[in-house]
Amino acid sequence: MKLVVLLKRLPDLVEDLEVDDSGKALDTEFLKFTLNEFDDYALEEALLLKEATDGELTVIALDGEDVDKMLYTALAKGADKALKIENAGEASGNRGLAGIFAKVVSSLPHDLVLTGVQSAEDIDGQLAPMVAAILDEPCVEVVTQVATADGGVSIHKEYSGGVVAEFEIDTPAVVGIQASRQAPRYAPVSKVRQIQESTTLETVAGSAADTSVFTVVQMTPPETGGGAQMLGNIGELIKVLESKGVI
Amino acid sequence: MTETKSSFAPLTAYSPRKKAQSFVQKDSVVIEGVDISGQWNKMFDAREITSYDLTHMDKLTAIPGAESMGWCYQCAQCIPACPVDNAGGDYGPRKIFRRLQTGVDIFNHSDMWLCTSCQNCVRVCPKEVDMVQIMPAARAAAVLEGNVPDELVEMFQNVSEYGNPMGQSARKRVKWTRGAGVDIRILPKDAQPVDVLWFVGDYYAYHDRGNDAAQAMARVFSRLEIDFGILGADERCDGDSQRIAGEPGLFEELARHNIEQFEKYEFAKIVASGPHAYNAIKNEYPKFNGGSGFPIEHYTQFLSQHLDRLTPLLTRPFAKKVTFHDPCYLGRHNGEYDAPRKLLQAVPGIEFGEMFRCKQQGYCCGGGGGGMWLDGFAAEHQTERLSENRVKEAIQVGAEVLAVCCPYEVSRFEDAVKSTDNDGKLEVLDIIEILDQCME
Repeated sequence: MKLVVLLKRLPDLVEDLEVDDSGKALDTEFLKFTLNEFDDYALEEALLLKEATDGELTVIALDGEDVDKMLYTALAKGADKALKIENAGEASGNRGLAGIFAKVVSSLPHDLVLTGVQSAEDIDGQLAPMVAAILDEPCVEVVTQVATADGGVSIHKEYSGGVVAEFEIDTPAVVGIQASRQAPRYAPVSKVRQIQESTTLETVAGSAADTSVFTVVQMTPPETGGGAQMLGNIGELIKVLESKGVI
Repeated sequence: MTETKSSFAPLTAYSPRKKAQSFVQKDSVVIEGVDISGQWNKMFDAREITSYDLTHMDKLTAIPGAESMGWCYQCAQCIPACPVDNAGGDYGPRKIFRRLQTGVDIFNHSDMWLCTSCQNCVRVCPKEVDMVQIMPAARAAAVLEGNVPDELVEMFQNVSEYGNPMGQSARKRVKWTRGAGVDIRILPKDAQPVDVLWFVGDYYAYHDRGNDAAQAMARVFSRLEIDFGILGADERCDGDSQRIAGEPGLFEELARHNIEQFEKYEFAKIVASGPHAYNAIKNEYPKFNGGSGFPIEHYTQFLSQHLDRLTPLLTRPFAKKVTFHDPCYLGRHNGEYDAPRKLLQAVPGIEFGEMFRCKQQGYCCGGGGGGMWLDGFAAEHQTERLSENRVKEAIQVGAEVLAVCCPYEVSRFEDAVKSTDNDGKLEVLDIIEILDQCME
């Protein structure tokens, strides 16, 4: 089975996010970038699938800070090929990113494209369905398990309230991964370094999507609320409830 | 005399594993008129031990560094010395060897992760089975195979990404300095030569209770007029516990980074807050900078050389019953038992008493060798935490204060005091906090 995983790097929330002087973008001076957590699950699920089907796994990411390390780590975990998309320009939002990814994926033979169901900058989980729409392939979101079944692919999709449905989908298809069957594996530093010394990342020229994109007008931190009052004991809680007329 | 050939192989990993020839069982056997036919001839088969699968034993002892696992002759002196076995862990080198001998795959077994590398078994082992060498080598192989407890994976990832096990931002490494009340020179911002480069360490820098000790250290240094500086955001985890937990590549990366920082500045010596950083910089870092290393002291060693100036500053009495927990990596690993005791004895009003297990026989807190990040894992395989075992001992000897000098220990023992229902009965303080409290 030929698998493709789309990886996205995000500003690491370990640093406080600040808006730069333009008022339209994040101040990147102290920003660290890290792999989107859900993409890490997508990679793990793809690795499990690759191992089960003796498949071939390609990871793709847009060029940028810390991307090489991210791709070498994916190779150390077991991906067969890493593609870095260069000169794609700034992807404007997930619509733009989907266009860039879809163009590269369309030139690769693939049975399944996996990516994280969402990311901190794509809370509504639009990347997978948009890539699928551009590729004209079926898409399932909020997936917690992918397995092969009778030549097709069987997928577990999670609904609210703990309900899980099982789907069979025709390939090629795109899935948005909510969680992998097991925790993402660890790539030991020595293995990553070994890969780094023996492998060259493949690059592919990217091109911006020829679709409408948005422009950032202003970026501001969210307004802070009133904060919570910390209560020391049950007596204080009773007083508060009494003062509010609850009891 | 002809040599007697035994059909039973000796009980070691290196025994020739040929199967004894079976006797042929007759269908019917009658001796002196009694019919004893049956399946009895089976007893002449090889003893079960020789038919065990030694694949995993051979795999382990073939790893450079782990060879001595095969030298065990089951005398079991290590078992009462093993702190994990003491805490209900059914553990120790003898037991690990025995399990390997019966075919257990240690690479997929909890035995791989419970050792805290406290070195107490090495002290008593007549065969020099060295768990401190075996465990890092064996674990590195397990990590490469992807067999790592999730708790350790999270820690490895944090250290790899952020340079500290908490997964905190490097920039926040100096946040504690704001509460110290004294000036602290951050070398990357002010690179003037200093006498002491203080290696603060992760737990002093990021943990709330560690912050208290770090601030106390800055104040004590300041009162002693010691010319010191810190690496600030450029300091990274010393890596020693990561090395022993099976990540030599990560250790090397951290060591090279820290060495690069040390080489940027002029200083007379490094003083480490923690025994693990002390051990790494003293014994392991020289491998990465041409063997020359750096002059390094643990803070208790450093301060105990300044007792003539320190003692007159300790004017406020600390009239409490105090006992002291020897950190494995200061004591057994590096032979320093006196320096912390000298400091405690300089404390005015102190009533000092030893625990039963002290100095060379000191009991482990459970935090070494990766144990710091395996609390949940260890809980599944032991009846109590090592730290719980230890605080019970401190209370048993009548101590009101358990003094420590390893940054892992304050949080470990404070938690253990609570989890053993001894809240309020035992205070856990870093020696530096006690010294700071005694200064007006």
